Parts: sequence; C-alpha cells; structure tokens
Amino acid sequence: MITDKRTVIAAAVAAMLAGPAMAQDDSVKMGALATLEGAFTVLGEDSMRGVRMALEEFKYTAGGKKIELITGSSDASPDSAIRATRKLVEQDGVQVLVGPLSGSEGLAVKDYAKTQPNVTFLNGSSAAQDTTLRDPAENFFRFGTEGAQWMAGLGEYVYKEKGYRSIAVLAEDYSFPYTQVFGFLEPFCRLGGEAPADARFWVPIGNKDYSSVIAALPDDVDAIYVALGGADAVNFLTQYEQAGGDLPLVGGSITVDQTVLGSKGRTRDFVIGTPSAGPISDTWDDPKWQAFVEAYKTQFPDGFPSPSLFAHAYYINTKAALLALDEVGGDLSDGGKKYREVLSNLSFETPTGMVKLDERRNAIADIFLTEVSEGPDGNLLNKTIKVIPEVSQTLGVSYDEFLKYGPVSRENPKCG
Amino acid sequence: MADLSLIAGKSRLPNIHPAALVAAVFLLFYPAFASNFFIFQVGAYTLVLGTIALSLMMLAGYGGMVSLSQLTVAGLAGYLMAILGENSVGVMGLGWPWWLTALTAILAASVFSALIGAISVRTEGIYTIMITLAIAVAFFYFVRQNYVIFNGFTGYAGVEPPVLFGIYWRDPTPFYYLSLAVAAFFFFAVLYGARSTFGLSLQAIRDNPRRMRAIGYDVTLHRIFAYWLAGLIAGTAGVLMVWFNGRISPGSVGVDIVIDILVIAVVGGMRHPIGPFIGALAFVLLENFAIDLIDRERFNTVIGLAFLLVVLFSPDGLLGLWMRIKNALKLKRRTLPESGGGQ
Repeated sequence: MITDKRTVIAAAVAAMLAGPAMAQDDSVKMGALATLEGAFTVLGEDSMRGVRMALEEFKYTAGGKKIELITGSSDASPDSAIRATRKLVEQDGVQVLVGPLSGSEGLAVKDYAKTQPNVTFLNGSSAAQDTTLRDPAENFFRFGTEGAQWMAGLGEYVYKEKGYRSIAVLAEDYSFPYTQVFGFLEPFCRLGGEAPADARFWVPIGNKDYSSVIAALPDDVDAIYVALGGADAVNFLTQYEQAGGDLPLVGGSITVDQTVLGSKGRTRDFVIGTPSAGPISDTWDDPKWQAFVEAYKTQFPDGFPSPSLFAHAYYINTKAALLALDEVGGDLSDGGKKYREVLSNLSFETPTGMVKLDERRNAIADIFLTEVSEGPDGNLLNKTIKVIPEVSQTLGVSYDEFLKYGPVSRENPKCG
Repeated sequence: MADLSLIAGKSRLPNIHPAALVAAVFLLFYPAFASNFFIFQVGAYTLVLGTIALSLMMLAGYGGMVSLSQLTVAGLAGYLMAILGENSVGVMGLGWPWWLTALTAILAASVFSALIGAISVRTEGIYTIMITLAIAVAFFYFVRQNYVIFNGFTGYAGVEPPVLFGIYWRDPTPFYYLSLAVAAFFFFAVLYGARSTFGLSLQAIRDNPRRMRAIGYDVTLHRIFAYWLAGLIAGTAGVLMVWFNGRISPGSVGVDIVIDILVIAVVGGMRHPIGPFIGALAFVLLENFAIDLIDRERFNTVIGLAFLLVVLFSPDGLLGLWMRIKNALKLKRRTLPESGGGQ
C-alpha cells in the first residue's frame, strides 16, 4: 500500500515537473507583472486595475481567442522581478507579458527578454530611460512613455513663464528620479538656467526626516524642483511648510499626484500653483479621458478617485497587446514574429491621445503640463495648462545627438 | 561519507539509510526529467538559499549563536565578484580572472564573518541577534549610499559565471550541478565537522560555556573560528547567488531577505544540516506558487500562515515534524504485532 501511494506521489510530482502546460489552441496566455508586495503595493494594485480594464473592454477575447490572464508579483527589486518573470514565462508559459512597474525592474526584464526571443514583452509603467534607449531588446515594447519624456515642456515653462533662473533639486536616489531630473533640467539649463551640483539633494526612498535637507537648502535660488513619490512627498511638504519654507516648488510626475494632493492638512494651500508634468492630467476635458475615468470609477469603486498614471500605463500597454492580437487573428504559432511586427507598426487612440512607437519600440505620445489648483468642491486638482504633442524619447533631437547627453545620473546635466 | 568509511577502515555503506540513497539518486537525475524552470529557479535556487541557511544552521545549531548577518556575508562575496571581476554597469569592474575573483571574494567574506564573530561572540542569545542584525542593516544602508565602490541603489548587473570546458555555467543544468556540488560538499563537511574534535567542543561550548572555559578551552576562539567556517560556506553561496541572479543591489542584502534566511533555517529545522535545504525548498515552492493558490493580493498571507503553522506545531521545523511522524509510525508498527500476537 505504501509503495502504491509513493508511486502516485511520484507521478504527481513528475507531472508537475514536466514543464509548462501548453496553451490550448483557442486561448492565449497573457502574463501581468506588478508590485503586489513591498513599498509600491498600492501602485501595483492600481496597475492591475489598468490591465483588467483593457481586458474587460475586449471581453477577454482577441483575434478570436480567449485571453487567459496570469498575474505575477515582485517587490520592486530587480531580483524579484526576474524571478516572477521567469516563473510566468518558463513555468506558466505566457506568450505575452505586460510589466513591470518600477524603473530598475524594467532594465532587468529587458535583459531577460533577450534570452526569450519567442515571448513578447510589453512594459508596464517602468520609466527608466535605458530600458529602450541604449542596447534595447528586439521583443520589448513600451507603449507608455518614460520619465524624461514626462517632463517635456516643464523646463521651458518655468524658465520662460515663471521666470526662474536658478533651481535647487531634491529627489530620491535611484534611476527613475535621475531620469526625471535629467528630463527637467536638460531644456532648463540649455536656456541658461542654473542648478549647481551642491544644490542637488538625493535622499533614500522612505526617508522620514527632511530637517537636515531643509536646513541645507540655499536661500538664493528661485524655486525647488522636488521629485519624491507618495509618502516621501507628503513628509517633505509637511516638514518644509512647518519649517517656514517659502520658496515656490516645481513637481515631478508623481510628486503632486492624487495620492499626495488627497492628504489632509495645511500643506494643501502651500502646494497650490506648483507646476508639474506627466503622461496624464486629472482634469483634462477631452471626452475620451472623461470616459476612461468614468469606466475606471464604475469598474473599481474601491480604487483611487481618478486613475493613477500606473493604471493608465498598464492599460495602454495591455490594450496595445490586444489590438495587435486582433490584427494577427490570435496567431502566435511562428513564435510571435508576425505579432511583433504588427506591434512595431501599431498606432492607436488612447484616452490621452494617439500613441505610436519609434524604431527602438519606445512610445511617442502627448505629455501634459499641469498646475495644482483648487477645484470647485475644495479638492486640489492638477489643471491642464498645455498639451505637448508627440513627445519622442530623444526630446526632439536626433538619436546620435541625444546619446551625447550621456546616461542619466546625479550629475547629468552639469548645469552651472 | 564514503571517504569517512575508508578512513575508518571498514565499509559503512550498509548503514546509509535507504531514504538518503533515494534522495541522492533523485538529486543526481533531477535535470533529466524536470523542466528548465524547475531545474534552475526551483532546484538551483533552493540549493543556493539552502547553503546560505546552512551556514546559519551550523552557527545556531552547533554553536548556539543565531547570526542574522550570514546573508550579509554572502552579499559581500557577491559584491566583490562584481567589483573585482566584470560587470556591465561601468563602475568598478577591475576585470580580475574569475578564479582569483571567486577565491578572493570567498576568503574576504570569511574574514568579514570572523570579524562579525569577534564583535558578537561575547554576547548571548537575543543580544547576538541584535548585534548581527545591526551589522546587516548597517551593511544594507552602506552599500545603498556608497557610490564609489558599491554603486548605490542601482548596484551591479551583468555578473556572469565563466565559460569553462566549453560549458556556459549559467545554463540551467550546468548551474544546477554546480550548486549541487557546492551544497553537497558543505553539507557533508558540516556533517563530518560536527563529529570532529572541533565540532564536539563547539557543541559542548553551546551547552555549557562556563564549564568548557573552566577545563581550559578558549571559548571565544572556538566561536570565532566557527564564524570563519560559516563565512566560507556563506561566501561560496554568495558567489553562486550573484551568478544565479546575474546582478546584486542593496535589495539583495535587505533586511527582508535577511529574515527570509532565518525563516528558512527555522522552518527547515536546526538539528541537522539537511534542515536548511528542506526549509529552502518549502520557501522557494511557496514563493513561486502561492500566487497560483490564491490569485489575489493576499498570497503573502498564505506564505506567512504556512510558516506560522509549521513553527506552531513543530518547534523543530519540518525536520522535527518528519521525525515525529516517523516515530509515531514506528510506535504503531511496534505495538500492532504485539497486540495482534494475542498472548
């Protein structure tokens, strides 16, 4: 009897070990990877809402095939992103993968993509520059834009309209804020603005006490550029206000978003008038955006008051994956070669305007210049100032010219 | 084990438990029937994590010193591989030959471990845990904020094992056998070492340091030497870890991973060197497949509950659970024929 049981267990184990179950002919396996654990859990959950919105829109079918969604989770570290990706691809056998969420994860997944030429990877909301700019992978696509693109127009705006000439920088110390600072300072410095290296402050993610930074902030600058996210932004703004700081602010894409503006307290009045830029704008009155917000609210009553840029980015990438599947009739039998060709040439209407890809498979799309203002019911909102059309990754110059700017870092650009 | 019996002068092969033989054969032929995912991400990763946890088990089980900085030691070896060898980030990367890099990394890690030992061995119990935890946290923040040597938050990528004998050692099957060889070597070394003079005196020190000191043993030196040995194990596993991931960053040596290693050792069982490997297997399987059991945002709860149940019902971990079941079965089998005998 005991041997019988052992045989059964052995057989079960062998069956489990035997590798990815092949997808049935009438379905396509799609993976979605986001941070469902760790510091960015809330953002990861909103990303998954974006994926489900797109799938819901297509009723979970594309190109005549049923879409089977398999989710994976990382904790925003590249190691965990790779482990989750490997599981989705090698064990679950997904043919199309959407993700990851965070900057450094994207760089790691891009490297992994090169070892899996038959799987198609679409970026989630990961916004580091080098995921597509330098040494890109043939099968990695980014239909959402990246951190430097998100800053388009902000540098010119604060130089010309606001009249700022010298700026201090406060940002978190990793690849995504580097990309944002670069995108903001590059045009600002080219016009003649200054942001000396000793007026740039880099803090670790999750920093709670900003008193030493606030004390060290120079008085002779016109404004402070702040690229902090979530709780970090709230902590800094509160402490700066309490310390009696009165310099005007300029915000990164996730510094004055809904998660920060929704917080209570006197910080609220203090941030009114802060200019920022990003891939979405809460109050854009375009009917397509309004419809998107409505759909989000109906489908996810427990979500944010308005979809975050993470939900937006995952939505767009998932939708691109489904549109291309429709076009090839769900046929991935050639290892997805035809499918990726369709993706490369895909251009479609999103809630925030048309999107298409450049030759390194990075999106060219519209960016929104916004300013924090008080809404009719006393809520703080990002008011659209201007839409910058068709922002490319090389920010208007040629690819070779753009490479000369060098990779993003704490000292790039030098600027005074 | 075979070497041991040769020295002893008589064959001890019949003493080997059949289960151990089955396990050995299974491990050797595992890549023949498993998929690449199961060979690499489950098999090899279990062996690497298990080896790091083995160094903790050795210190805690035989020496009574629960050190939370074993992952830090492994992490230092991993970082040194990227700094002294080659990486694709463009910071440091001195380009030493791989064997020199690996040797230096392992030795430096073991010296680092001995230093940690020198600082912490005069403490006991919870204070050892506190000191080693403090070292682990300090190391984490140091590598995150140091850009000149450790490249800060980004860390290093593109750290590759060498191509040797025409084999690319990061391919699933070769890497699996490499990890298996390292794990098996240290497993038997710990097993053998536990019965050596040093191992026995270490266990005696664990049980009664004052008496050992009174009969003339240098307690401190024994403990520091144990840390050095554990550093060799953790350092070697650290080299494998960085080859496995291809990268290392502060996130790889963070406090959560430090705790993971402790969880692996505790859940597996601290009594026998096989414990950490059982714990690592349970950990890797749960980490990979819990999200399929409960497909929502709650899968970490499943992982936590599973470990909680193990520790609650068996303080000796999975190993203790297995022993208890075995004993219960033996007892049953022994009692059954007697009662059936009908005297």
